[in-house]
Amino acid sequence: MNMFQAIVNALDITLGKDPSAIVFGEDVAFGGVFRCTMGLREKYGEQRVFNTPICEQGIAGFGIGAAVGGCKAVAEIQFADYIYPAFDQLVNEAAKYRYRSGDLFNCGGLTIRSPCSAVGHVIPRGAYQAKGLLRACINTPDPCLFFEPKVLYRSAEDHVPIEDYELPLGKADIVRPGKDMTLIGWGTQVHVLLDVAEEVFSKNGTECEVIDLQSIIPWDLETVCESVCKTGRVIVSHEAQLTSGFGAEVAAAIQSNCFLNLEAPIERVCGLDTPFPHVLEPFYMPTKWKLIEAVEKLLAF
Amino acid sequence: MSRSFIATAKSVLSNIGVLSSKKVSRSGACCSAFLVRCSSTKTGKANEDKPGFAGIENCEWSYKLDFLNAASKGSIPVYRVLGVDGALKNEAELPSLSQETIVKMYKTMVSINQMDRVLYDSQRQGRISFYMTSYGEEATHVGSAAALDMRDVVYAQYREVGVLLWRGYTFQSAINQCFGNSQDPGKGRQMPVHYGSPQHNFVTISSTLATQMPQAVGHAYALKQKSPGTIVICYFGEGAASEGDAHAAFNFATTLRCPVIFFCRNNGYAISTPTKDQYAGDGIASRGVGYGMPVIRVDGNDILAIYNATKAAKQLSVAENVPVLIEAMTYRVGHHSTSDDWTAYRSTEEVSYWTEIDHPIYRLRKFMDERNMWDSNSEEQFIKGLRKEIMQCFKKAETFKKPDPLSVLGDVFSEETKSIKLEKEKLLKHLQTHGDKYNLNQYEPLGSSESS
Repeated sequence: MNMFQAIVNALDITLGKDPSAIVFGEDVAFGGVFRCTMGLREKYGEQRVFNTPICEQGIAGFGIGAAVGGCKAVAEIQFADYIYPAFDQLVNEAAKYRYRSGDLFNCGGLTIRSPCSAVGHVIPRGAYQAKGLLRACINTPDPCLFFEPKVLYRSAEDHVPIEDYELPLGKADIVRPGKDMTLIGWGTQVHVLLDVAEEVFSKNGTECEVIDLQSIIPWDLETVCESVCKTGRVIVSHEAQLTSGFGAEVAAAIQSNCFLNLEAPIERVCGLDTPFPHVLEPFYMPTKWKLIEAVEKLLAF
Repeated sequence: MSRSFIATAKSVLSNIGVLSSKKVSRSGACCSAFLVRCSSTKTGKANEDKPGFAGIENCEWSYKLDFLNAASKGSIPVYRVLGVDGALKNEAELPSLSQETIVKMYKTMVSINQMDRVLYDSQRQGRISFYMTSYGEEATHVGSAAALDMRDVVYAQYREVGVLLWRGYTFQSAINQCFGNSQDPGKGRQMPVHYGSPQHNFVTISSTLATQMPQAVGHAYALKQKSPGTIVICYFGEGAASEGDAHAAFNFATTLRCPVIFFCRNNGYAISTPTKDQYAGDGIASRGVGYGMPVIRVDGNDILAIYNATKAAKQLSVAENVPVLIEAMTYRVGHHSTSDDWTAYRSTEEVSYWTEIDHPIYRLRKFMDERNMWDSNSEEQFIKGLRKEIMQCFKKAETFKKPDPLSVLGDVFSEETKSIKLEKEKLLKHLQTHGDKYNLNQYEPLGSSESS
């Protein structure tokens, strides 16, 4: 299956197993602009798979209420770039519902999925991860943001089990082990890191350990620290802008926990501090070449 | 038709991609047919007689240029049962309520009023941090609450405590929440008046305006499947109705057919902002028409009218799975909150009308007096007992300590994550050495909130 097929499958399983589950958002009824809801309305009916008006704050607020009312509410935000009108509902309401009510109420049944570039809270690098992580998000009693790197919808193909399974949230994955340097990323960027690891290995035998963080909040500090303490050198890489990107948090936590094991400063290779450009995208991106340059810099330290 | 006309029509239509050149006819007789066909509808019906556009159903053509003017339409009238003096205006509209219920309605309104006085003063004295009174709006709470069942879910804004009191939420719980003490069901996480109670189906208040509105709609959608016949009532002010979330809620509720009552307390002010700076149209009720839902405007100080309207709204909502909008016209007699002083933006003359003449408690009282349901003796006894009870609860609330400091890190997730656990250990260690800087004796013991 490719990633969007894996996502349809995960939603199909969700709707099949839980009669309270609903899937909604803009254009989901006909199958979705990225095909992630194909065939679901025909199978489960219009009460459970339905279109909403174009209103992200409404989608988020409605989803919260449905979850408070006991539904497994799976909302789609058509493009992650459109999520900002929902910011208030997500940040001030969904994230705080349990805490501010003293655990009297919660909207744990809410999952928001959104096609994105490569920024998010839970973010799969492939089809196998997409299905497992999405099922975990839907089943966890906390509201989740699940971001789907749209460039991987068709290109990321895996052997994906047909049956239901979950991958643990808050757990990083060591995709390629290595002893010389730790490369940390998520989503699409993991594939770039794997490419870099292969290239530097064939060039001079440097063994890079590539870690897919998978979850941003909560994130797997333990796995990261174990790796950095072993290698002593680390690069964090993401497509989002450099300043205050999540890489900054990871870097700060690493230096606090692994200071004495570091052989070189922590390097971040990220997007430029600009809005995402169109024609000049190749220069904005944290490319393989920028990463290889960073690897060499750290090795020489 | 002239050839130049056909050519122009063809170029215009091909520019907007409607028509291929095959459909264009050369003769005049066919031309009108082609023009008809080129704007034919999704139904395939010719629209010479009636419009059949994808975007609207059931409308007529107009051949006279005329703007629909809101002013010429007039305002939606205000429904009332009782006059300002408590006189019954229309016998047929008198709800069939027992004396017991009417007395309970009266007592609950007075309870809100008395509790407000005590808690407002307690803030001025520095004993609680903040408070919001409901002076003048008691009927909007009690009249609507009385018309619904306990299982109907309430999403409120912040000035609806009477709904909770009607449902049996105790003074003690309310006062504990205002203190944020260790007995607060909300665990001291939010400011005073941010009540919540699952047992009373009252979702915890949040400070942000109108965010509860689309949530109420989602919850109502869930109820269709889980508990048919149950509705959600969503309270909000006329100021909150300006927020985008209000528009989102109205649109979702109508398109998705959700059994929700939108109850707007139009009390004339949003802090200092009068309604003339909040909207230019015919209040909030007129907006409901635009979204396609039934609406009613009600005298918010007439508890029987509120009761009737809410009861009918629920029946309609359940029967047809539609939202209903009630706009209750009332007046905010008190300050917006303890952080506000209304003398800065309105006159005492204006306010005195709403305290001395058109007041919900007074109007029901007059109605009850006429029917010998109440008298000054009962009033005296009741108020005395009430004050005593409220003060007892208040004093008791003061004896409780504040919650365990470590509970500041609780309930972020359903299950404590590793990082939260680390932060908790760090905080505990810090307090074990520097606890004397934090007046820890005012709090429950460290770690006492952990379940074993």
